[in-house]
Amino acid sequence: MERITKSQIKHVAHLARLEFSDHEVEMFSEQLDQIINFAEQLNELDTDNVVPTSHVFDVRNVLREDEVKPSLSQEEALENAPAQKDGQMKIPTVFE
Amino acid sequence: MSILDQRFAHIHEQLHKKELSVSDLVDASYKRISEVDGKINSFLHLNEEGARQKAKELDDSLGKDDVTSVLFGLPAGIKDNISTKGIRTTCASKILDRFKPLYNATVMNKLETEQIINIGKLNMDEFAMGSSNENSGYGPVRNPWDTERVPGGSSGGSAATVAAGEVLFSLGSDTGGSIREPAAFCGCVGLKPTYGRVSRFGLVAFASSLDQIGPLTRTVEDNAHVLQAISGHDPMDSTSAGVDVPTYVDAFTGDLRGKKIAVPKEYFNEGVDIEVRNKVREALDQLEKLGATWEEVSLPHSKYAVATYYLLASSEASANLSRFDGIRYGERIEDERLIETYKKTRSEYFGNEVKRRIMLGTFALSSGYYDALYKKAQKVRTLIKQDFDEIFLKYDAVVGPTTPTTAFKIGDKIDDPLTMYMTDILTIPVNLAGVPAISVPCGFCEGLPVGLQIIGNHFDEKTVYQIAHAFEQATDHHKQKPEL
Repeated sequence: MERITKSQIKHVAHLARLEFSDHEVEMFSEQLDQIINFAEQLNELDTDNVVPTSHVFDVRNVLREDEVKPSLSQEEALENAPAQKDGQMKIPTVFE
Repeated sequence: MSILDQRFAHIHEQLHKKELSVSDLVDASYKRISEVDGKINSFLHLNEEGARQKAKELDDSLGKDDVTSVLFGLPAGIKDNISTKGIRTTCASKILDRFKPLYNATVMNKLETEQIINIGKLNMDEFAMGSSNENSGYGPVRNPWDTERVPGGSSGGSAATVAAGEVLFSLGSDTGGSIREPAAFCGCVGLKPTYGRVSRFGLVAFASSLDQIGPLTRTVEDNAHVLQAISGHDPMDSTSAGVDVPTYVDAFTGDLRGKKIAVPKEYFNEGVDIEVRNKVREALDQLEKLGATWEEVSLPHSKYAVATYYLLASSEASANLSRFDGIRYGERIEDERLIETYKKTRSEYFGNEVKRRIMLGTFALSSGYYDALYKKAQKVRTLIKQDFDEIFLKYDAVVGPTTPTTAFKIGDKIDDPLTMYMTDILTIPVNLAGVPAISVPCGFCEGLPVGLQIIGNHFDEKTVYQIAHAFEQATDHHKQKPEL
């Protein structure tokens, strides 16, 4: 059974801010279908009472004093920006 | 024998006695690169001007007492996903083709304190996604032992350059085996530290809960020297551990009496090439001669590691790589509308493997699939980690092969992602559990190197090094060199 349809691939591509040709949609739907099919072996395991691991050590809320320290200048921060104007990054219009 | 075939301690002594200069080392490195790198494509960009200037500075100011660090003046290559201030850092991706970081990764600051020389930035699979280095945006790296074959990935350039004797050491990164697999394929020593042992600040993130930076070298002792320099807590990385760093070289006793080794039967099944299994069995005999004892054990959830890893790592990657949108840095394809600018930019400049993982990760995190895929994989990760926790209650280390086969031919697996993913089956469980592991050369099959993997408990790199060093000193596999 086909688990991943072409319309799903297009939907997920939109979420991921990618766009594909028809050929790519076909290729990725086939490959993702195989990979998800393979991943379904995890369903063999009963994990009802297992706590999920997001991080191997139980580290949380690492805090430090909120002190002002030197940081990048505006000029430096813009060094790698592909488009800029008046000391700011320039982007296409968001609102019509 | 080239000076670049010497070990750190020997070079250190020669520098100290002024029988050798840092410029001699740097000259030798660039000479070797000009002779052989055209055949293996290890380097993406060289830092030749900067390196020569730094060498001259060190030589000019060199008093007898200045050569304090054993890494002083050593030519090194750096994987191109580690930020180097003012020096291009592309992650082998066209989307970062012209990107120059504004700051150093913490590991670079630490190595610069030791006065190492950054020779240049090393080729890799794009954003460290791959097991063969065929996914580089700048052409594949080739294996120095057979240039028709892959060097492994994703730190393929880091392994090939060390094996080819172009530099004295390199840094790589390992998310699912990306240091150990290429180290095994290229016949060098590669260590993935415990998660949290080395700061990830300035490492371009792939899967943040799995990524670690580690050293690749020709010998175990040299490897320990590099890890010593880059280990330790960093306030800039909240996941770096506030755990004391021991002196690794103290472990080099050559004696393994009393060491208890676990050998997982899952690492010797029919999916692992028989010749590779035989070489690892010979290595176990050698460890026994050195005083260790070993027993067969089971890591029952090993077979689920690949599926777990590809769901989790891809999910994390899909989030981490959302920053490459053509706005703050990197290349951009302009459209009238912002969202189209994002889409055009990302679609044009990301390679297929990166797109595949972003798609898989976005899918696994998307509404309706999150529990069944992402959360399920997180739960299985717990089971895989528990397998190791249990073993380390009784044993000092886990030993097996690093990879199921030796280096495969370029082009053999590139069209079949799932087959390619299975290459990592013996290295992935280590990242999921967060434990440290090394790959050391343990022989050859038909002229291609085989890697022995030694896995330790959390923050016990010392035992890993102790076993690896004793084994290496009792054998001469590490003395073999490829002909280029």
